[in-house]
Amino acid sequence: MTYYDPKDLRKFGNITDWSETLGTKFFDYYGKVFEEGALSAREKSLIALAVAHTELCPYCIDAYTQDGLQRGITKEEMMEAVHVGAAIKSGASLVHGVMMMNKVNKLEG
Amino acid sequence: MTKVKSQSLHKRQSKLAEAQNQMEFLSNGLFANGELPTFAEKIKKSNQFPLRPQKLEILQINVGYMCNQVCEHCHVDAGPDRKEIMTRETMQQCLDVIKTTGAHTLDLTGGAPEMNPDFRWFVEEASKAGVKDFIVRSNLTIMVSNKKYFDLPEFFKKYNIHIVSSMPHWTKGKTDKQRGEGVFDASIKALKMLNEVGYGMPDNPLKLDLVYNPSGAFLPSDQASMEKDFKKALLEDFGIHFHNLFALTNLPISRFLDFLIASDNYEDYMYNLVEAFNPAAVANVMCTNTLSVSWDGWLYDCDFNQMLELKVASKVKHISEYNETELNDRNIIISQHCYGCTAGAGSSCQGTVA
Repeated sequence: MTYYDPKDLRKFGNITDWSETLGTKFFDYYGKVFEEGALSAREKSLIALAVAHTELCPYCIDAYTQDGLQRGITKEEMMEAVHVGAAIKSGASLVHGVMMMNKVNKLEG
Repeated sequence: MTKVKSQSLHKRQSKLAEAQNQMEFLSNGLFANGELPTFAEKIKKSNQFPLRPQKLEILQINVGYMCNQVCEHCHVDAGPDRKEIMTRETMQQCLDVIKTTGAHTLDLTGGAPEMNPDFRWFVEEASKAGVKDFIVRSNLTIMVSNKKYFDLPEFFKKYNIHIVSSMPHWTKGKTDKQRGEGVFDASIKALKMLNEVGYGMPDNPLKLDLVYNPSGAFLPSDQASMEKDFKKALLEDFGIHFHNLFALTNLPISRFLDFLIASDNYEDYMYNLVEAFNPAAVANVMCTNTLSVSWDGWLYDCDFNQMLELKVASKVKHISEYNETELNDRNIIISQHCYGCTAGAGSSCQGTVA
């Protein structure tokens, strides 16, 4: 038993049912963000895939893996994007080591 | 050398080799229990039922199911083991129609049409009718498969044939996975041969278009941006030119249906198709301006209906009794596979439609 059901992704649009204004505003915003702009839709798809992994969102991983394939993005490109996310995530943990070092240095004088 | 991936469903004696079993599968499950609307229900809602033909523009003739490849997604279930080949007699009946039809495009397909022993004769004769656009759908690899085909680029040039060829990706891995080992390298070689005689070159009227269809259980992306990516990659990596890219959706029939079921993707794929339904694509779907002729002369609304053995709903059902006015006054036969042509920007043998 898991809290996540892959079929729930299909129901994402139903979020508007209980708050149409906010839900619609979100989906309008979301759609606009992913349009071609200064960044291509392809680049945005790879960013979304990397963030999907750092956020550990199964729905987003499902959606943006599929989106990447649809755009002709190769599995090598997708894996590199995931590593970018993972590197930032681990770097974000590791950089806190400086806090630990600062504290040790302060306490030990 | 290319290596065939596997055998056709017919050769494997798969249940899905039979059109009736495919139709049953597509009508049951999700669509029988009301989870998803049938295609008829869907187009009734958008007031597009029954689907009727517009002016006939394209006559598509399938000259046989024999092919030198066994592609994973093939809706024809084509392969070296398929023996269904159009005879010269049926070709002659087609020629009689080509001379009088109002259609401006003649579109030869297969299998690998070049493998029909009367292919060259048929092209020579059909070209005399003066159709505006004469298409041959070539899988490319046939041109390098045997020396008897090496001169095909010159032959096509002589008759001003418009070449339309499949290319699922600009990388070897994805292409060979779908079409068989060695297909990518052979296709690149054939594309270079076509470029050499002028096909696909900028400003050259010898038309060379490529067809992209997804290499798995997902829908195609935007045709224009895919074309940009294909052009950049093929030019930078191989110095290859082509004119247009047509992005096609894989329809859930034949070998692709078999793949969807075996890989447990069928349900999600059908949901994706239904969710992407676009009424604007229905208005221009290819069965409204195309007639499909099978290797044995029967008439169908499209190549997909041909593979599902759904003959036209008209008194005229065979090329030997062809009557364009009569045929234009018919309802188009639809089923759940039609969602494949109406998803997103739509899909046809000429690319997107909406």
